[in-house]
Amino acid sequence: MDTFVQQLINGLNVGAIYALIALGYTMVYGILRLINFAHGDVYMVGAFAGFYIALYVGFAAGPSWMALAVVLVGAMIIAALVGMVIERFAYRPVRKYSRMTTLIMAIGVSLLIENLFVAQIGATPRAFPDFLGSQSQAPYRLFGNAAISKAQIVIFLVSIALMLLLQWVVFKTKVGTAMRAVSFNLNSAKLMGINTDAIISLTFAIGSALAAAGGVLTAQYNPNIDPLMGILTGLKAFVAAVLGGIGNIPGAVLGGLLIGAAETFVVGYGQHIGIASTYRDAVAFAILILVLLLRPSGLLGSTVQEKV
Amino acid sequence: MKRTLLALLLITTLFASFACERRNGGSGTNATDGSGEIIVGYYGDLTGRTASFGTSTKNGVEMAADEINKAGGVMGRPVRVIVEDDQGEPNKAATVVSKLVNQDKVHAVLGEVASSNSLAAAPKAQEARVPMISPSSTNPNVTQVGDYIFRVCFIDPFQGDVMAKFAAKNLNAKRAAILYDFNADYSRGLREFFTRSFKGLGGEIVAEQSYTQGDRDFSGQLTQIRAANPDVIYVPGYYGEVGVISNQSKQLGIKAPLLGGDGWDSPQLWELGGASLDGNYISNHYSVDDPSPAIQKFVADYKARYNILPDALAALGYDSMKVLADAITRAGGTDSVKLREAIAQTKNYAGVTGSISIDKDRNAVKPAVVLKLVWDAAAKAGKFNYDTTIYPEGMTPPATTSAGSPAPAGAASPAAATSPASGSGTNR
Repeated sequence: MDTFVQQLINGLNVGAIYALIALGYTMVYGILRLINFAHGDVYMVGAFAGFYIALYVGFAAGPSWMALAVVLVGAMIIAALVGMVIERFAYRPVRKYSRMTTLIMAIGVSLLIENLFVAQIGATPRAFPDFLGSQSQAPYRLFGNAAISKAQIVIFLVSIALMLLLQWVVFKTKVGTAMRAVSFNLNSAKLMGINTDAIISLTFAIGSALAAAGGVLTAQYNPNIDPLMGILTGLKAFVAAVLGGIGNIPGAVLGGLLIGAAETFVVGYGQHIGIASTYRDAVAFAILILVLLLRPSGLLGSTVQEKV
Repeated sequence: MKRTLLALLLITTLFASFACERRNGGSGTNATDGSGEIIVGYYGDLTGRTASFGTSTKNGVEMAADEINKAGGVMGRPVRVIVEDDQGEPNKAATVVSKLVNQDKVHAVLGEVASSNSLAAAPKAQEARVPMISPSSTNPNVTQVGDYIFRVCFIDPFQGDVMAKFAAKNLNAKRAAILYDFNADYSRGLREFFTRSFKGLGGEIVAEQSYTQGDRDFSGQLTQIRAANPDVIYVPGYYGEVGVISNQSKQLGIKAPLLGGDGWDSPQLWELGGASLDGNYISNHYSVDDPSPAIQKFVADYKARYNILPDALAALGYDSMKVLADAITRAGGTDSVKLREAIAQTKNYAGVTGSISIDKDRNAVKPAVVLKLVWDAAAKAGKFNYDTTIYPEGMTPPATTSAGSPAPAGAASPAAATSPASGSGTNR
């Protein structure tokens, strides 16, 4: 039992990161009907932004809430800017062409970012400083062997806070109303006097900031960051968005948590039914295929009203 | 249609003739044999996921080459090292070695560290009949590729055996769990050999889990391992993942020590794992703490040059270059057939990492050291402390050892008092 609970905690922990990234996919899709394949790389950029902020401000590893907060917020701001730049210079110019053009552009931008990073700093993994002191701290025991570590608690709390914040922005603010209007119909929204370009830009900024938060948080649990870390994680987050119903915000969160849990349970219990732990990565994509075949609109449906 | 076919035919013939030409150029004796500079190709991972390995080895190789050149070269011929980066990817390793042997016409190739990369590249050197010495690939299959492929380190059946023995005898472990890298030949090999030896010693493998390079979360595997309640956890992976595994195992409250191999040996291991690594053990090729004068001179020279302590990979890189130079001297030149013979006959060469004798399978037979990982919380730094030395069967420890470390055999060490060559005489 304690092992099961432990695996659930592990899985939801991984899933929370997927959920944060999946939100960016789903928001952009909701507004532009574009799968932003560069989003996984924005997550990577966020992690590196945090790494370099810590390096230049001079935060050494060691428990410090202050350092974590500065690095987290700084990385989110930088990633938001990167997201806006990508939108402005890569997607906006081709928005008037077919959707396929934008999609190919997205793949191009993704490869460009990865290879720029590899060329500039190499594919060598970097060690993200540990701001929680979790390297030397025993986890908090729940019952039996089940325990939760400080990093896991922080990941849960920060991601829940960010998700609630997003929900508030989308449903309770003027900007959120405009975003929802744009996602209904871009042209009508424009006719209503909404500055659609600004709203689209803002959507990219918010999505990218959430991905960066995921990057910094995951680095507190796994300090090993490298320029290609966004590829697989990004793809899985994309699967999470599709699973929940692409374009649907609660769906992205649900999808992320489910994918994270599914993966971890494959590692934990797959052996009993003849699936080795190395099949973990295959699971997310098997789920993608099943969803597309059986329920293409995802668990929560991609055409419900609150999509963004 | 006809025109396309004709064009295709032309292109094919062109390629074929080009390939033949290269084959002729690469095989047998090199044009520059007998005089001129000696060209040595080095390939390794300088920018990929195991970049610390390639960089350390390159440092060792270049330092050895410079020392040789300062002393007047090999038989008066200077040594030039051509460095190629394979980014830690097997297919790129094969490509760069093709380039080294066919285009640069090197007389010998040094590299790689990771066994998967050496295995991918070795056929290119073998095909061109250019001797290749891997400084530190420990998977047994590497030298099975062909008679031109050598190594100056021990092999994994021995390394796995060393850790199994250490776990069973020194740590009194009865229950071991294994977490290995599914995609690395190195890791899969060690898992197999550790399992065999540990069971042979009466131990039990209570859990076995795997991961792949680049994975970001290991908590699922570690939770299952924790549930099996092992005395020790064998993690024969590379430092990038191991640092994180150690970190996450502590976050799950796992107290059993992690055991590993030479793949852990990197300064970056400490950046990733930090305090969580304290109390773990690895098997390795040599220890920087070894008091023997030859090793201390190497450590001091290396530190002066690169401002960092040499890890085992640097020491093996250094030894591989020195063994090659020694063989060229004995072969009387760089004729590839004679050079191959000379490398194969290397006997009791006094290297930094111990006495090197090449056996009939073109492997070096050497003892291994077990190092304990110790974290200094005040200095926020970790180091590998010497714990014990384990000798291969049939090789007796030197009669007198100052710190229990393998003393280098004879000739090269000026104060040979503490290092009798007796141990190496019994090599296979």
